[in-house]
Amino acid sequence: MRPETLKALVAARAEGREIALATRLADGAERLIDLTVPPSDELGAKAVGAAVRDESGPVELQGETWFLNIFNPPVGLVIVGAVHIAQPLSRMAATMGWTVTVIDPRTAFASEARFPGVALSTEWPDEALQGIAVTSRTAVVTLTHDPKLDDPALRTALESRAFYIGALGSKKTHAARLERLEAAGFTPARLMAIHGPVGLAIGARTPAEIAVSILADIVRALRAAAR
Amino acid sequence: MNDDRALEQAAAWLAEGRGVALATVVKTWGSAPRPAGSQLAINDEGAFVGSVSGGCIEGVVAAEAREAIRDGKVRTLSFGVSNERAWEVGLACGGQIDVFVERIG
Repeated sequence: MRPETLKALVAARAEGREIALATRLADGAERLIDLTVPPSDELGAKAVGAAVRDESGPVELQGETWFLNIFNPPVGLVIVGAVHIAQPLSRMAATMGWTVTVIDPRTAFASEARFPGVALSTEWPDEALQGIAVTSRTAVVTLTHDPKLDDPALRTALESRAFYIGALGSKKTHAARLERLEAAGFTPARLMAIHGPVGLAIGARTPAEIAVSILADIVRALRAAAR
Repeated sequence: MNDDRALEQAAAWLAEGRGVALATVVKTWGSAPRPAGSQLAINDEGAFVGSVSGGCIEGVVAAEAREAIRDGKVRTLSFGVSNERAWEVGLACGGQIDVFVERIG
């Protein structure tokens, strides 16, 4: 690998840009592929397909084997509600290499003391979400139980490309939430995208266990998209 | 998929003037411990960061990487249950992997 190729890869990763590196295994010849622009040839097209699946791997091209290494930006997790569950959830998500933002206009909740080192926003959730680059690699989870905070976040998330939208709350709370969102103009089909009650059913009780169930559900959704 | 800091460490070593090689999992079969794209950065003293397996073959890969730093040639190493050397170094999961090793620079 040329030093300039390494530098370009490190810079792209630091900036969260989608990029792929194609390497010919026979001799190490290499080519960087910008995944944000339409592919210019067959190798580029294969790289774009692999990026959607988030799957690096070898491809055969004119009798030669190229390895496509896909460098997708990290998964983004937006947590609405700086509540107790958000504390272990933000820590665990950071351990997984995800980019975490916690939104809560209630400054007593969204404090540096409660969330050391976590990116916090005290804007209203819909405004805060509009200020974040929500992509097809972003998950949005609402945890406040308060329609005043959760609903604007969910409405914004439903209009975004987020691959996962989850809302904490009992089945009864969730049914009432769906009624409100339907009244706000979202179709029942679109509302199916909301995972509610959020998380895999693993009998979680403590905030940390609930965080595990939420993360497991998000990972399942992330990897299901690749299958 | 590339959630470790192998590339960043490789760049840091390079900036220090060290010889550096990069090992990348390029193909897997069966229950391989790390997916294709996983990387290990190795310097000329044999220090390494990242992983290409669950720790089963890093030692052998690091030794080959130091060889690559010396001769500048790329190589693809195969490990698996059918491979005698893999038996020695113990890819205990029963998976098979190919690892591409290249010098940087």
